[in-house]
This record gives sequence, C-alpha cells and structure tokens, in this order.
Amino acid sequence: MTAQVVPDFNVEPERYELRAAPVYHFDLARRDFFKVFGSGIVVLLLLEEVTAQESGGGRRRGGGQRRPQELGAWLHIGKDGVVTVFTGKAEVGQNIRTSLSQVVAEELRVPVVSIRLTMGDTELTPFDAGTFGSRTTPDMAAQLRKISAAAREALVGLASEQLKIERSQLVVESGRVTHPGSNRSVAFGELAGDQKLLKTVADNPATTPAVDWKIAGTSVPKVSGRDFVTGGHKYTPDIKRPGMLHGKVLRPPAFGSTLTSADTGTAEAMPGVVVVRDGDFVGVAAPDEQIAERAVAAIRTEWKTSPQTSDKELFDELKKTSSTSGGRGGGGNQTGSMEEGLAAADHKLRQTYTIAYIAHAPLEPRAAVAEWKDDKLTVWTGTQRPFGVRGDLAQAFRVPEERVRVIVPDTGSGYGGKHTGEAAVEAARLAKAAGKPVKLVWTREEEFTWAYFRPAGVIEASGGVRADGTITAWEFHNYNSGGSAIRPLYDIPNQKVEFHSARSPLRQGSYRALAATANHFARESYVDELAHAVKMDPLEFRLKNLKDARLRAVLEAAASTFGWGKTKLPSGHGAGIAVGSEKGSCLATCAEVGVDPAGGKIRIVRVVQAFECGAILNPDHLKNQNEGAIVMGLGGALFEAIRFENGKILNPQFSRYRVPRFADAPRIEIVLLDRKDSPSTGAGETPIVGIAPAVGNAIFDATGVRLRSLPMLPNGLKV
Amino acid sequence: MAKVTELHVNGKALRVDADSERTLLSVLRDDLDLTGTKYGCGEGQCGACTVWLNGFPARSCHTSVGDAAQKKITTIEGLEQDGRLHPLQEAFLDAGAMQCAYCTSGMIMSGAALLRRNPNPSEEEIVHFMEGNICRCGTYRRIIMAIQGAAKVMKGGTG
Repeated sequence: MTAQVVPDFNVEPERYELRAAPVYHFDLARRDFFKVFGSGIVVLLLLEEVTAQESGGGRRRGGGQRRPQELGAWLHIGKDGVVTVFTGKAEVGQNIRTSLSQVVAEELRVPVVSIRLTMGDTELTPFDAGTFGSRTTPDMAAQLRKISAAAREALVGLASEQLKIERSQLVVESGRVTHPGSNRSVAFGELAGDQKLLKTVADNPATTPAVDWKIAGTSVPKVSGRDFVTGGHKYTPDIKRPGMLHGKVLRPPAFGSTLTSADTGTAEAMPGVVVVRDGDFVGVAAPDEQIAERAVAAIRTEWKTSPQTSDKELFDELKKTSSTSGGRGGGGNQTGSMEEGLAAADHKLRQTYTIAYIAHAPLEPRAAVAEWKDDKLTVWTGTQRPFGVRGDLAQAFRVPEERVRVIVPDTGSGYGGKHTGEAAVEAARLAKAAGKPVKLVWTREEEFTWAYFRPAGVIEASGGVRADGTITAWEFHNYNSGGSAIRPLYDIPNQKVEFHSARSPLRQGSYRALAATANHFARESYVDELAHAVKMDPLEFRLKNLKDARLRAVLEAAASTFGWGKTKLPSGHGAGIAVGSEKGSCLATCAEVGVDPAGGKIRIVRVVQAFECGAILNPDHLKNQNEGAIVMGLGGALFEAIRFENGKILNPQFSRYRVPRFADAPRIEIVLLDRKDSPSTGAGETPIVGIAPAVGNAIFDATGVRLRSLPMLPNGLKV
Repeated sequence: MAKVTELHVNGKALRVDADSERTLLSVLRDDLDLTGTKYGCGEGQCGACTVWLNGFPARSCHTSVGDAAQKKITTIEGLEQDGRLHPLQEAFLDAGAMQCAYCTSGMIMSGAALLRRNPNPSEEEIVHFMEGNICRCGTYRRIIMAIQGAAKVMKGGTG
C-alpha cells in the first residue's frame, strides 16, 4: 500500500461542522459599493474560480461541501491610501486578524499598520460559512493574497497611465508605485482618489511565493495589541447602547424540561422590569443586572421533567444506542482482510478507550447585545458563525435576513464552542418585548450548562503485530465521539475503521480539533501498547510503520529536540511520544512526566512538540497556538470532565470544573518546520491532538500503569 | 437600601448612584463604563475581574460596591501613566502573552500587584501568586515571561 499523505484531507466531512449554509446570492452592484466607499478602488474576489484552483477539486468530498457564495472577500483602497479588507471570518484569539493583515500587506508592499480588516459583520462583509475547521489560513489567506495581488496590479496599471511609463518599469513599495529610473512615484491614495474602479479577480494573479515573503512569514505582533493590554478593546459584553437594559433568562431545572406554569406577577410589578414568557422561554429585561437577577428570582415556575441518563451510565448508553450505519460523519472503511492480517500477527491486542464530555469554557461567556430599530435587528455577539446566527435570528423572528445584521467584535475565544447563537436569539427576544436594546451575558454556570459539549465517546481498537514490529491488522471503532482523524496514519495492509453515531444524553458539538483528540489518544496509546508488546522502542516502532515523509519529519524533529532515547531520565520519570495529523497539519509530541515518590502525584515536567503546517505565516503566533493548545489539551487529558445526573450538570463552575492553571503549565518547547514549498494549512486546532497520548504514554513509561480514559487522572493527578 | 454615591477610581472621585449591595464589577462596567475589567465566573475563581483596592488585588465580582466605597480603586484603565504603558503592559506586548486577551486585564492587574510587593519574584512565586487567574487559551508560560521581563525593566529604573 502506498503512503497516505495527510489522510484527513480526504476523510469524511466532520458531521458536527456540517451545518448547511444558506445559499446566498450576493449581488452588491457597483453603485452600492461606491455609495458605501465614496470613491477609490474596489477589488472583488469571485470565489469559486479561485478555490477550484486552490483545492484541486478534491479537498472535501460530498455534494454538500460546495461553498455557495459568489464572493469571498473584497478590498478597498481609498484616497487616504488606507487599505480596507472585508472578510466574514471572526477573530477569536487565533490571531487571524494579524496573519490575514500580513498577507495583504505582503502583496501590496505596504506596512501591516496601513491595513484595516473589517471582519464578521453581515452587513459589510461577504458571506462566510464560519470560522472553523482550520479553514481561515488555507482558504481566506489564499483568497486575500490573490485579491491583494490583483489590487497591486490594478494600481500599477493606473500609475502607468498617469506617469506615462510602461508597467514593466514600475515597482511597488511602501504604498507607492515608483519608477526607479526617474525617481517619479505616485502614492496609492493618489491613484485611488478619484477613481470609482471596481475590479473583479477572475484571472489568477501571480502571488508572491513564500520564499520571497518579507512581511508574511514573520512574527508580526498581534494587531492592535495595545487595545488589549489597556482594557480598551470592546468585546460583546462591553458594548453599551443608548437606553440599554440588562437581560436574564430563567433556566429550566434540568435538560428536557417543559414549562407548565409561570407566575410572573411580582417580577412584572418591579419598576422598569419587562418579563417575557414565550413557550418554554422565560426571561426579563431590567435597568441593571441586580434588578434582573431579583426579577428572575421572583418568578415562580413549575416544570415537567423526565428521567435522564447520568454520567455513570454514559459509556454503556453510547454503545447501546449506537448504530452501525455510521451517520454522516463516518461509515465503514475497509482495506485488505482482517482475518489475514490477524493470522499474520504474532501478538494480538484489543483495548477500549473512553472519552468524557468536556466544556469549552471560553473565558468570555456567550453574550449578545440586541437592538431593534424600524423593524431592523442588529445584534453584537461573539460567534464563530456570524452569517449562521443571522439565519437563526431571521428564522426565530420570521424576518428576512436582510433586516438582520450580526456584528462580531473580536471575541474572547471560542474553541469551537461558539458556533451557535443562543444568547443572540434570547437578547433579541427580550429587546423586542422591551422596545429597547438589551444586553445578555450568560453566567459561567449557564455557559457550563446550556452551551454544548465536546462529544463523549467509546473507542475500541484491535489488531495485531508481527514480532519484527510490523502492524498487520488494525480495527478501530469510534462510538459517538466523531470521525475526525479516525484513520490510522500508519501503513497497515489490513484495516477497518468505523464511526458509529449514538444517542448523546447531552447536547454536543464542535470543539477545537473535534474527535481528532480522542482518536489520536486511542490510536497513539494503542500503538504504544503494540510497541511494548514486541519490546520495541515506541519511536522506532512508529517509524517502522510510517512511510509518510511529513509525519516522519515531525516525529524525528520532536524526538531529536527532546533527546528521545539519548537523555537519561531521573528515577520516577517517564517519556512518551505521539505523532499525528489533522486538518492538513502534522505534529509530533514528546512529554516527560515525573512521579513524586512520596505522594505518587504526577507532574508534567516538559513537552516538546514539532509542528508542520506548510509555509508559516507568523512563527511566533504559531508557537503561541501550539503552547496554548498543549496547555488546554492537558486539561482534557488529565482532569476535565463534565459530570451530570438526571438532566443536571453537577460541576458548572470553575470551583468544581478544573481547568489548567499556571501550576499546570509545563515547560514547552515548540519546533516549527517551515515548508515554504507547501501551501499554508490551519494551525488553530491540530496542535491540541498530540498531548494526551504523549502524556499517557509517558505515565505508562514512568509507572507501568496504562490509562485508557480521558481524563486520565480525574482525582487529583494520582495514578 | 443603602446607596453609594461616590467612588475613588484611578485617582478621581466619581459620582455614582448605586445600591451598595451591587458588585463593584457591575458598577465599574455598567455605570462608569470602565469595561476593561471583565466578568469571567462571578465566584472569584478566574481573576478576570481583578482590580486593586488600596493597592491590593481584589476580585471585583465578589466585592460589593459598598465595601469598595471608602477605598482607592485602580482598574486596568488606570495603569497607564501620562500616556505611558505600565512596564507589565509593555512586557505583555513584547512577550505576546495573550491570544483572545479576555483574561489580559485581570492578568496584568494581578501581575502588577505582585511586582509592587515583590519586585523580583521567582518563577515559583509568580505561579503561586497567579494561580487564581485563568487563561483558557493557555498562555501561562508567556505571562510568566512577561512578569519576569517587567521585573527586570522596573529594576533598571525605566518603569
């Protein structure tokens, strides 16, 4: 069998991210653009022609995957020389505002500070399905490079006419088009000034190759970083509108409850309080938060509840309710013959892994400010799907989408948790009743309870290995957790992988890297067990079964920096390694753990991670993403788990749901492999998938105890 | 119901009209538009709402405005002096010690409070002092670097 290159480019579409986008025909006419901009140069990108060339047509399968929009982004250059780019993507801490600004600056040969990005505003930016799936860098950055290159060429054309000099003799630098021979030059602003030039990128303008990058590919600091260290940046909860009220929702006592009665009289009598009861929804709008809380507390409700699954029965339940059809995210996938593979094996092994539900717990909870004006609704909200939330609002209030505007301020993180618009709909419902703008900020407890969770799952792995270390058979079943990165990366002649959807007792959805974390944990733990079964070094064992050059490169880079097999570890310490690939990026993670001889407590001593995502746009931000993902991933690996019973979350606070803190952050070294010859792929998610198996394997090395459940150490870091 | 009518914030006496049982966090944010101080958990567990009361760090989500009325309150907006960032603010920028940055105000207020009482904290002391502040994006190591960097600058007398 030939080596599989980046298997996940062709893996099943992830079911949780497959919310169909509405077909949207954007047909802003020329006059509309110039009504907005006055004058200048506008460059539009016709999306399909470009992405067809970008993707080679085969990046994602399935009829539902075609992006329906016509325009991907547009760019305006005004008479002040300011370059404004409009994209529907959202900034949630992954620092794409910075990296996208860099690629535009690169093509236009201007400093990053002269670029403005208008992001995630449904009235100003072109349709975008959402900021997820690590698509911003491979899709949007590629589109912006083209649009900016086209703008540059248009500016050269205008300069050529104005200076009466042939284009080939002109160069673009520092916001000017210059003729070096005569030293005559003209600024972008002067060229754009009185124009009303609308240009469409239909051809394929030459973009600057990564080897020649001067701004892209460098560690430009976070754009408008000063606003963040001074507290000046306005996140959604910081927005204030004239006459604004504060909203609060009365939550049911348990999931699946139905409201049978509500006595709202006392609350309604409170000055300035508006109470809404609409179906099962009960909420208030009040002059301040305290009054809103008191008003909600004064409402007497009765609910009909029904018995529900608790965490103790979770894994049995997932197995019991699973279907073999595979659902949209999986299905069977078989190569070779399991019988033959197992017959050729000297050792056979069967193991089961479990994965608990975990919460995103973004530090900025879900929030929205909603304002109705002349039947038009404007909502500020932190979401990864501004256009999706616009659709939700339009549907909820039965108004056309063009009367709904969703604006996403740069947001206090998402991690896949902010694909939905509950807070937006709730705030808009309250604002409609109150006749005034309403701000609604979910409490931490609401965020832990009424958002959605990373899917729990059961994974069964079985297979066989020859005494020489060749894996001969591989069978892998994932129940409920998801199909991302479900295939083995290894070259195994006989393999069967299958995803089984199941009935989830809790509401579940996207989470940074989706099921790739669970599937990597199970796969890399299982591979480690196979290596030990044949008494081979885990690194050597992996290299023996791995042909893919990118995977081998990250594995060797991580091992070499870590000193794998070369550094003698102190007594009570252990080392673990894992390799992985997801969303087009590759990584390898090495971890060293230490066991405290007195108390048996595990400590993560250090982590080395090698990461490769094609041509790097911003090395420091890429390192930051890797470091952060490792720390976040340690939470799910070691101690994070949502506990629930009969429709209630039992640990909906930071005091009861432990997330990684300062003392949990190990020494981390990131090794970046910059592949300037390869297209840039996404890097916000994949860096999280390696840490859990690397740590699990290190714990085994240190203690001889194999932990097969995430979280591995829920009771205080003790094996 | 007792009312608070004046607060001393960032060196100024400001008029308010607030029920004394309201949280300091909500009065700062909603009445005084000082929104740099963030809500993160409401139980004093995440540190996003950290301000100083008489120079000591406090969780404003857990402090009633009545309790803060007689004290000197400093928020993230008051850290900058004469248009110059506090060395720790500069150090956060230099170290790139943020991603979404929602925790940043609280981190800087806690870290700067540490530097006031201990101008040369060890890594262990930083970790211990900062343990009540959550950065869900996981930039802890960079924040430690930023605090150490600021300590160095402040000792050099440039802070």
